[in-house]
Amino acid sequence: MPALARLILWRLVTSLIVLVGVSMLIFAIARVIPGDPARIALGPNATPDQIEQLRDRLNLDEPIVVQYGIFLRDLSRGDLGTSLYTNRPVTTDIAQFLPATLELIMISGAMMILIGLPLGALSARYRDTWIDSLIRVVSLLGVSAPAFVWAVILMLLFAYFLPIFPVSGRLSEAHDIPRVTGFLLIDTLHAGNLAAFRNAAAHLVLPAFALALSGIGQAARLTRSNMIETYEKPYIEMAQSYGFPERRIARRYAFKPSLIPSLTIIGLDFAAMLGNAFLVEAVFAWPGLSRYGVEVILRKDLNAIVGTVLIISATFLIVNMIVDLALGIINPRIRHSQRSS
Amino acid sequence: MKRTLMILLRNPLSAFGVLLVATVVLSALLADFIAPFPEHRGAVVDFANFNRAPEWPHLMGTDLVGRDLFSRILYAYRISLLLGVVVLSIAVPIGVTIGLLAGYLGGRAEYVLMRITDVFLSIPPLVLAMSIMGVLEPTLTNGMLAVTAMWWPWYARLVYNITRGEKEEGYVLAAEVIGASRAWVMFREILPNCVPSIVTKMTLDMGFVILIASSLSFLGLGVQPPTPDLGSMVADGATYLPDSWWLTVFPGLAILIAVFGFNLVGDALRELLGAEQ
Repeated sequence: MPALARLILWRLVTSLIVLVGVSMLIFAIARVIPGDPARIALGPNATPDQIEQLRDRLNLDEPIVVQYGIFLRDLSRGDLGTSLYTNRPVTTDIAQFLPATLELIMISGAMMILIGLPLGALSARYRDTWIDSLIRVVSLLGVSAPAFVWAVILMLLFAYFLPIFPVSGRLSEAHDIPRVTGFLLIDTLHAGNLAAFRNAAAHLVLPAFALALSGIGQAARLTRSNMIETYEKPYIEMAQSYGFPERRIARRYAFKPSLIPSLTIIGLDFAAMLGNAFLVEAVFAWPGLSRYGVEVILRKDLNAIVGTVLIISATFLIVNMIVDLALGIINPRIRHSQRSS
Repeated sequence: MKRTLMILLRNPLSAFGVLLVATVVLSALLADFIAPFPEHRGAVVDFANFNRAPEWPHLMGTDLVGRDLFSRILYAYRISLLLGVVVLSIAVPIGVTIGLLAGYLGGRAEYVLMRITDVFLSIPPLVLAMSIMGVLEPTLTNGMLAVTAMWWPWYARLVYNITRGEKEEGYVLAAEVIGASRAWVMFREILPNCVPSIVTKMTLDMGFVILIASSLSFLGLGVQPPTPDLGSMVADGATYLPDSWWLTVFPGLAILIAVFGFNLVGDALRELLGAEQ
């Protein structure tokens, strides 16, 4: 499929340009720190000598363009520098904390699609009935509170009031699982420990749902409005006049075209989730990138801030590319338009 | 304006939204008169009454240093709304101008401006605001700056999309034919057609700015104590769950009520004005 290949290539190039822009932006933000970052990092008791050493190590005396050049050179070798907070390579830190965050986000994303889209479709099919009103109010409520508020409410209801799920963390201490991928759902299965798998899954439910709620609301609202628009198209009327069953019309003729705009927004919602994960992780003491991210920001740990934001943005761009490709495969208009141009 | 309000009030759901928004705005404006303990907005301690469950005269209980939560929530609304108004009145003109320029001029200007917009949209909103807040001192002004920096691209996107459609319309071609300047076409011909979408988005965004600002302060990167802020109230109370539930539940619900109200009104406006998403 050469058209699709060209689409992939084009997306890859654009994403790369955007990623370079992101690195410049975040680099610029990190370097406009008021005050001397070396002094802030070393604390008030540091000697001028130590500060000079650190300034030298971070190349802070070079012009900012040169600093950026050095940063790019190191980046091309997969080196994001050393964190001043943990004293380890930033890549090591991120590799340790990222899987927990990704696991949380992936489950949330799945919830968003598997709950949000059907809710929206249901709402559109039963438009202006009580089902529609109920779903609309619930999905609007979902987008109306920050993830940390939902996290607190869910925790109170389903971990304290009705103790169904664990309060915090990723895995009870009783389970000891060798770390292979960092994704506990995979690691526990890899270890063949089903009890630990169930335990890890139970720990995931509340944080993932708290994180997914606004996305579920968003997806449902969008799917509903798209499907209602589709329902007004003549081909639906034709299908209805042929006497096709409503269920089939809803599924095959109304839902499918509405998927396309919904998927685009799901890509954007994923960006919001990457940020909102910080809020949910804080409430549920989830050992992900959040605590590290907030800590390095408060300590003005330049290398770690730049590295963390860059990795998060790259993750977001990759997901959006996947979404775009999925759209290219689903939507014949996109698939074929590349060929003609 | 008056007609729009009448239509909004006729639908029960949007009328409820108007009611919520009015309540929030009035509580912020009249906090001095409504709050039972107006002095509790600041750094007051009353250890005789700390961490009390809701009971008269503390409708929503007291916080860890004995301040009346209800009073503090009213004053926190004031800060949140101020933040929303300031952020939007800076971000919207910037975003709208960039969107108009990129959409109408096309060519190289379009490519450069939209890629810059993409860069800002590629950093998760909260993460961008967090990193800006991290390097600056956490004050209210800087908080507004950080949120503004992440907000304008959405308006650039919105106006860009509308402009691209509108510039092929007859009225734009007509204006061009009689020799109207580019600035005239953009700001006097195309812009008025973007207004319904912009107004709708601004209504919805009043809620979302409140939401993001509270998220920042929840992480300790926003408004600093003793200024009352809904996000930091939830953060302070979160360690005292489940026993002192009022510390988190009431400020949390306060955020929900405000954002829900703006969302209800914004949604109704969207349908009424036929705005683009």
